[in-house]
Amino acid sequence: MTGRVGIVIVSHSADVAKGTVDMVRQMVGHEVPVAGCGGNPAGGLGTDVASIMAAIKKVWSSKGVAVLVDLGGAETNSEMAIEMLPESWRGKVAICNAPIVEGAVMAATESAGGGSLEQVRATAEELSPA
Amino acid sequence: MNRRGIMSAESAIEGSAVITHEIGLHARPSVKLTKLAKSFASAIHLRGEGLESWVDAKSIVRVMGLKLREGTTVFFRAAGPDASAAVDALVALVKRDFDEHRPA
Repeated sequence: MTGRVGIVIVSHSADVAKGTVDMVRQMVGHEVPVAGCGGNPAGGLGTDVASIMAAIKKVWSSKGVAVLVDLGGAETNSEMAIEMLPESWRGKVAICNAPIVEGAVMAATESAGGGSLEQVRATAEELSPA
Repeated sequence: MNRRGIMSAESAIEGSAVITHEIGLHARPSVKLTKLAKSFASAIHLRGEGLESWVDAKSIVRVMGLKLREGTTVFFRAAGPDASAAVDALVALVKRDFDEHRPA
């Protein structure tokens, strides 16, 4: 299978999302598709289902997409966004249970090396306390 | 325990280099090392001077988790079809200081 697993970063803060994307691009490189989204439509802190769906579409790859989230609503809204995707995509989008910044860098490194979605997710989740 | 460890069954290629990066094998160099290791088919492990266990050089979490400091020797061991090239490339990366000291 060609292509690389895409990475989506979902934070309550647009600045955190952008900063995390910057770190991935600078530390891992540009070969991994990465998109971030953060903030609510009014420009405040929060997450937005439509923006998350747009970010997933932006980095979509046949190998799938790994999603890194920060707090509570980021995860539930990401789950909702995944449910609203075309049915054939849903099984190929995974939310990683990992710290957002570190998890994004680890996930992207694994993706850059050609890892599968499961490998990418497992690498990010290796960081979490057992 | 067998000192030759996990790859004793095949003839492993070995190499080593001293980390000269002032912060050590931190995040960015670890990412570079892991990405390079992943470009080879061989099984590649590394070990820091003074440490017992070998870790998978293709695992970013393990490599970064070693927190190897400046002045530490890092040992590589590879087994597989491109083991020799892999060890050469990894040793060269460490010796080049992970290409992080280019003129600004």
